[in-house]
Amino acid sequence: MQALYAQLLVGLINGSFYALLSLGLAVIFGMLNIINFAHGALYMMGAFVAYFLLNLGGINYWWALLIAPIIVGIFGMILERTMLQWLTGLDHLYGLLLTFGIALIVQGVFQNYFGSSGLPYAIPDQLKGGMNLGFMFLPVYRGWVVIFSLVVCLATWFLIEKTRLGAYLRAATENPTLVRAFGINVPRMITLTYGLGVGLAALAGVLSAPINQVRPLMGADLIIVVFAVVVIGGMGSIMGSIITGFALGVIEGLTKYFYPEASNTVVFVLMVLVLLVKPTGLTGRAA
Amino acid sequence: MPETATAEAPAKAATGGNILGVRNLEAWYGESHILHGINFDVNAGEVVTLLGRNGAGKTTTLKSIMGIIGKRTGSVKFNNQEIIRATSDKIARMGIAFCPEERGIFSSLDVRENLLLPPVVRPGGLPLDQIFDLFPNLKERLTSQGTKLSGGEQQMLAIARILRTGASFLMLDEPTEGLAPVIIQQIGHTIARLKKEGFTILLVEQNFRFASTVADRYYVVEHGKIIDGFSNSELAANMDKLHTYLGV
Repeated sequence: MQALYAQLLVGLINGSFYALLSLGLAVIFGMLNIINFAHGALYMMGAFVAYFLLNLGGINYWWALLIAPIIVGIFGMILERTMLQWLTGLDHLYGLLLTFGIALIVQGVFQNYFGSSGLPYAIPDQLKGGMNLGFMFLPVYRGWVVIFSLVVCLATWFLIEKTRLGAYLRAATENPTLVRAFGINVPRMITLTYGLGVGLAALAGVLSAPINQVRPLMGADLIIVVFAVVVIGGMGSIMGSIITGFALGVIEGLTKYFYPEASNTVVFVLMVLVLLVKPTGLTGRAA
Repeated sequence: MPETATAEAPAKAATGGNILGVRNLEAWYGESHILHGINFDVNAGEVVTLLGRNGAGKTTTLKSIMGIIGKRTGSVKFNNQEIIRATSDKIARMGIAFCPEERGIFSSLDVRENLLLPPVVRPGGLPLDQIFDLFPNLKERLTSQGTKLSGGEQQMLAIARILRTGASFLMLDEPTEGLAPVIIQQIGHTIARLKKEGFTILLVEQNFRFASTVADRYYVVEHGKIIDGFSNSELAANMDKLHTYLGV
């Protein structure tokens, strides 16, 4: 039983990263109509910024949770202003190629300077150690990642579905021309949205640094699964991507316990099944 | 125009003066040249109607004024300010509001969110209780999904949401299209009431019987040009010509 709970916890942790990343992808896709292949590279940058902040600036984990998403978010907004904005109205393929190229360049640069092995990032003192829950031992940091991710996901959902700013976002996703004709600066909103989606990826990167180490290819490995998650959940649904992210993490964890051989493929098998039955994804709207 | 209405909104203050001047306006959709030199004026407090057949360029004229047609040349002056090069968000913030033909109700927003979506651009907009007074149906349906409303209710919502922004110059593109007579009548009353409140309205209509109940003046658009113009009192005398223009 201990092993089952342990795998469930690993699943929830991975689910947290899937949820944060697929949420960002969904927000970006809704607003920019771009499938952001650079997402994994930006997640990796979040972890590296946290590493630099600590080792070059002496800035701790807690500040990094705030600062790294802002720095990477600004980097993302520069990408959007200088490159992505010119793809408006073009086929998805162009956005995919451009962001894929950006991902390769960013990852290549980091690999050039840091190689492929991981750099250590220590768990902050306040989150060291663990708790005995009776049925299992819970490392505090892992519990923190799951709860904090859930809070961030729900806050993002609230921002988009329940606030006035979110209403602008949803409206501009449907009809940007009309929203702009109401007096809203839609291009600026698009830039900020990309910054938000990218910031969420960077935040996931910071959260993962103490667990998975800081590696140039940490995002490249993860993003493939995340895209499968997005396909299963359906592009463009906020709550859908959160729930699918956590659920698939758990399913993966359970598979590791019951049939470890399939744990790396179960997400893709599910993706195929969902595509066969409902090509728009479980919660997706028709494109 | 009542003094109280003019006092709050600067854009309404120029009673009777020219509020919109369009000169030699040309516009393109991609390669196709739609407007070939449109010239007309709208005075403050007037209801002016653009008449014309399908594809004559009426909607394109409104969209060009609003700044949502990519390529446009000539001159559009609003309150004596040139806006031909301005982006649509800037134009909206100067006090022009647009109600598109397809109504543009957002399906991912409920009725309340749709109603409150356009930001207030200047003081002097209608307060919500007055809007619900004009459109009581909307008040009952605030939590419905925007696109679950009937066609008539969607049209009311599309008009209602631009009344609270403080924009004093409204452009309504075929507000009666596809609606039942009783609803057309309600929209007619609304336009008359808005005119009384001091709004200036530029209307696009195919239904000139409806237009004749609300308009002060008419312009006829054909092949991307204004080919005629007359006031409501001259309507009867121009009926034969109008039938030829519109092919009805």
